[in-house]
Amino acid sequence: MMPRWIKRLKQTRAFHPAWIALALLAIFVVAGVIALPALYAGAKAATPETLAPKLAATIQQQPKRPHFSPPLANAIPAGEFGDTIRLGRNIFTHTQIYAKSFVGNGLNCVNCHLDDGRKADAAPLWAAYVKYPAYRAKNHKVNSFEERLAGCFRFSMNGTAPAPDSKEMVALVSYSFWLAQGAPTGADLAGGGYRKLDKPPSAPDAARGAVVFAGNCVICHGAAGQGTKAGGKYAFPPLWGKDSYNAGAGMHQVRTAAEFIQANMPLGKGDTLSLQEAWDVAQYINSHQRPPKPRTK
Amino acid sequence: MTLQDTRVFFIIALCLVAATPSACYADAKAGEALAKHGATAAAPCMQCHGANGEGQAAAGFPRLAGQNQAYLVKQLQDFSHGHRANPIMQALARTLSARQIRDAAEYYASLPAWQANKPVVLTPAAARGSQLARKGNWGKGIPACFACHGEKGVGIAPSFPALAGQNASYMSKQLSAWRTGARTNDPQGLMRSVAEKMRPDEIAAVSAYFENPQ
Repeated sequence: MMPRWIKRLKQTRAFHPAWIALALLAIFVVAGVIALPALYAGAKAATPETLAPKLAATIQQQPKRPHFSPPLANAIPAGEFGDTIRLGRNIFTHTQIYAKSFVGNGLNCVNCHLDDGRKADAAPLWAAYVKYPAYRAKNHKVNSFEERLAGCFRFSMNGTAPAPDSKEMVALVSYSFWLAQGAPTGADLAGGGYRKLDKPPSAPDAARGAVVFAGNCVICHGAAGQGTKAGGKYAFPPLWGKDSYNAGAGMHQVRTAAEFIQANMPLGKGDTLSLQEAWDVAQYINSHQRPPKPRTK
Repeated sequence: MTLQDTRVFFIIALCLVAATPSACYADAKAGEALAKHGATAAAPCMQCHGANGEGQAAAGFPRLAGQNQAYLVKQLQDFSHGHRANPIMQALARTLSARQIRDAAEYYASLPAWQANKPVVLTPAAARGSQLARKGNWGKGIPACFACHGEKGVGIAPSFPALAGQNASYMSKQLSAWRTGARTNDPQGLMRSVAEKMRPDEIAAVSAYFENPQ
């Protein structure tokens, strides 16, 4: 049954309905002529040469970070330079003994930089060393590596930094330099800093974090975040209170703490907390009293 | 409330307060008697764990001397409730009262902990164990033993037992049991998650090291 309006058109003879079919066909032909080469070009784009611009855009979003492995722990050379490297490592692992006068709390460098500053995704020294000098928004200037370490002493260790030419600072820089030997200068190495986390499904919540803390952290860090001592020294670090990092420390940022926790805690069981749990417990830990941020000079 | 009521109430309260410490207090002397002479239904601990709680390496009976009390209490409770498997210890722990468990644990905790003997040359296995104990193997996600069990494995009370001076046969058996899932009474599955990542030769190495940690 032909629609009535087409019948009417036929009767008037002013316009034959066949024109409609012809017009539609013409549109298809034109569209095909335009679209086919484009489709063909799309298929060709799968070759690496034509993909390059597309890939370059992706890389810019997710930069490819070169991999690096520090030298073996027992490969520190003999001689005077080796002795200084070893001192640096000792300061790093037993800051409370080897650099006591510069520390104002109960922490050791190795509490946040695990495996003697070697572990990827735990702010390893080898990745940090090749990133300095660098501009830091934190103090609005270009910082040397020594100045960056001084920041750790002031904030994370709530103390005063050893002078740039002091034996402690020289030793720490030597240890870092030795760990980073062979790493490309200026590179953003895989495993450097802490692994970036997505935002949690819901806003970080200290009350939920308290539950995560009780179930996962108390065994080592204590119900009041006070840490656990053995032989008068902290065997497990305090997470808040007078012996912990101050409010100016990087770890006082919920994001940084969440990134550290997610990848590394509980020790030996990293990556077992959910994204939400990591953010919540970081929020909880950083909701407590701690030493204030020291005034900037 | 009459004056007399108040007085009776006060006396009862006083008695309760006075009774509390004696009920909670663990008595190392009573524990010593238990260890040396046993109880009606329990064999003396020292029969297997040695005259001074030093254990019996040949049979794989663990050293208890100087172990932290909370850890020992938990193990005895776990044996008695079936959370830790061992036919001898389960049967034995079930005959002990909560009080006896605390006393025995108190006694063994009060004995001198392992002391470093004169330095020995480490066997190749023990040297490899020393490396693992101090530094772990983070390439495989294994933290250092020292990180939770203290420097030289002295233990960090209440949850992390001392390892120093423990005999290798007991320790390797336990690590293997964590690894296979035969032992599961660790808090938060912490020991399991580490042992699962260890190879048998790594278990042998750390066990050899902790017999005489340097």
